[in-house]
Amino acid sequence: MVPAIKESNRDRLFLFLNYLFVTVALIVVAYPVLYIISASVSDPVEVSSGRMWLYPRSLTFDGYSLVFENAKIWRGYANTILYTFVGTLLNLFVTLPAAYALSRRDLAGRKFVMGMFLVTMFFSGGLVPTYLVVKDLHLINTMGALILPVAASVYNIIVARTFFSSTIPGELTEAAYMDGCNNFRLFLGIILPLSKPIIAVMALFYGVAHWNSYFPALIYLNDEVKYPLQMVLRQILVLQEMTAETTGAAISGDIAQAMNSKAEIASLVKYAVIIVSTLPVIAVYPFLQRYFVQGVMIGSVKG
Amino acid sequence: MIEASRIASKPIGRQSRGRRMLRNWELYLFLVPAIAYFLVFYYWPMYGIQIAFKNYVPSKGFLGSPWVGFEHFERFFHSYYFWDLLWNTLSISFYALAVGFPLPIILALAFNEVRNGAFKKTVQTVTYAPHFISMVVMCGMIMTFLSPSSGMIVRIIELLGMEPAAFLTDPHWFKTVYVLSEVWQSTGWGAIIYLAALSGVDPQLHEAAIVDGAGRFKRMWHINLPAIVPTIVILLILNMGNILGVGYEKILLLQNPLNMESSDVISTFVYRSALVNGQYSFSTAVGLFNSVINAFMLVVVNLIAKRTSNNSLW
Repeated sequence: MVPAIKESNRDRLFLFLNYLFVTVALIVVAYPVLYIISASVSDPVEVSSGRMWLYPRSLTFDGYSLVFENAKIWRGYANTILYTFVGTLLNLFVTLPAAYALSRRDLAGRKFVMGMFLVTMFFSGGLVPTYLVVKDLHLINTMGALILPVAASVYNIIVARTFFSSTIPGELTEAAYMDGCNNFRLFLGIILPLSKPIIAVMALFYGVAHWNSYFPALIYLNDEVKYPLQMVLRQILVLQEMTAETTGAAISGDIAQAMNSKAEIASLVKYAVIIVSTLPVIAVYPFLQRYFVQGVMIGSVKG
Repeated sequence: MIEASRIASKPIGRQSRGRRMLRNWELYLFLVPAIAYFLVFYYWPMYGIQIAFKNYVPSKGFLGSPWVGFEHFERFFHSYYFWDLLWNTLSISFYALAVGFPLPIILALAFNEVRNGAFKKTVQTVTYAPHFISMVVMCGMIMTFLSPSSGMIVRIIELLGMEPAAFLTDPHWFKTVYVLSEVWQSTGWGAIIYLAALSGVDPQLHEAAIVDGAGRFKRMWHINLPAIVPTIVILLILNMGNILGVGYEKILLLQNPLNMESSDVISTFVYRSALVNGQYSFSTAVGLFNSVINAFMLVVVNLIAKRTSNNSLW
C-alpha cells in the first residue's frame, strides 16, 4: 500500500504495541473457546482440578455419547431445524420483494412506506401488547408464535434495499419493460438470480437469529415437546436441571456407573452440549464470513 | 407493446404519480406481506398501548376495557422499587456504553495498522466468532467459568494470587460480569462497521502525511480517526436512544435471587409483572414509560449531534 520510506524507532514501537494489543485481543477471545473444546473431550476430574488448561487430558468422548443418547436434546435439535427452516423461508418471502419494491425510484409512495417501517425501529408497542396480540391471534403454543412476530426486520430490509438499488442498474428495468416483461417476471427471472449474495446474507442473518433465539419460546410455548434447542440448553446450562432425564445418564448405565458423581456427568454434558449446539453456526461461519461482513457494510452505507 | 414503449420513452420519475402507480401495480403487491406484518405485529400492539391507561380485561380486549387514567403510572413512580429499577437500568447502560463503545473503535484502528494479511484475517475471523454464540450458551459459559468451585476464570484469579469474589451471587459484581461478557462477545463484530469506514480513507492523505514526516501514530490520530467520526456519532446517537433499553434476554438468564438487587432492570420487571404475575395494564404502563424516555433521548441526542457536528440520523 503506502510505500514505507523508513520506519522510525517511534513507528517500530507503535507497531510493536499494536501487534501486542491485537494478539492479546486474539488470546482473550480464543482461549475460552479452546478451553471448552478441550474440556468437552477431557476427563471431568482433570477439568475440575485445573490440570486440564489448554489441550485435552485423559481423552474421553463420554460427554458426546451422553448428548447423542439424550432424546430431549435430539427433539430440541429437530424442532430448531424446523423452526429455522420455515422461519427463514418466511423471512425471505417477506423481506426480498418488499426491499426490491422499495429500491425502485419509480415507486410512488415509497418514502411513506419506508417511514412506516422505520418508526418501528425506534418505537414499538412493547412486550405486553405484542404478547396480547399473539394471544388474540391464537398463536400461543404454536410454531406461528415463534416465526410470525419476527417475520421481517427493518434493518435487514434496509440492507437488502441498499443492495438492490446499488447493484441493479435502472437500464435493466427499462430494457425489461421494453420487452414486455412485467414486474413479477422481472423480479423472479432477472433480479433474484442477480442477487445471490444478498439472498445468502439475508438467509444467514435470519437463520442465525432463529437458531439462537430462546425468549419467544419461553413466553409463547407451554409444551416441552415443542421446545427448540435453546430452551433445552437453558434447562441444562442455566437452570442446571441435572435430572436423569436432562443429562440422559439414566439411559446409558455404564457411563453413569463409570462416573463418580452426578456433578461430573453434569459438567461433561455441559461442555459437550455447548459444542454440539453451536457447531452448525460456527462451522459454516468462516466460509460465509465474507457475506456476513458484506451485509454489515452494506447496512452501514445507509443505516 | 405500443403502450409499453410509449411509457418507456419517458424517463422514469418524470411521469405523473397516478401513471407510475398504475404501471407499477405489481410492486405494491410485493409490499403487501411486509406491510401486513408491520401492521399486525407493530402497529396493532401500538394501538394496544392504550391499556396502559386502562384496566385490561382479557374478555373485553384493548378497546372495551375500562379507563383508569394515569393510575398505573402513579403506582409505578411511587413504588419503592422505582428508583432501584431506574438506577440499575441507567447504570448498566452507561457502564456498558463507557466500556463497550470505545473498544470496537480502538480494535478497528488497531486492525487497520496490521499489515500481515494472514494474521489480520485470522484475528478478524476469531474475534467476530463470539457474535454467533447464542445468549443461552453465552450465559452457560459465564456460569461455568465463574463457578466458585472449578470455574476457569476463578482459577486464573487464584493463580494471580487474588481472592476471587462470588461473581454470580454478589450484587456488586453483577454489572461487571454483564458488561465484560458483553464486551467479549460483541467487540470484534462491532469493529466491522468502523473497518468499513476506514477502508474508504484516501491513501493519498497518508502519502502526503508521510512526506510531511508524520509517524504511524500521528497518521492514525489525524487521518484515520477523523475519517470514522461520522460513523462514531451515528452509532453513539443510536446507543443513547436505547439508554433504557437494557434487554431482558441476557439478564433473565443471569438473574438469581441473590443478585436481584443490582440485576433487576425495567425490562425484566416488565416481563415478570406481566407474564409471571399477569398485571398486563400495569406492565404496559411501565414499558411505555421506558419507550417514551428512549424515543425522547434519541430525539434530544440527535438534535445535539446535529447542532455540534453536522452528523445526525435525520
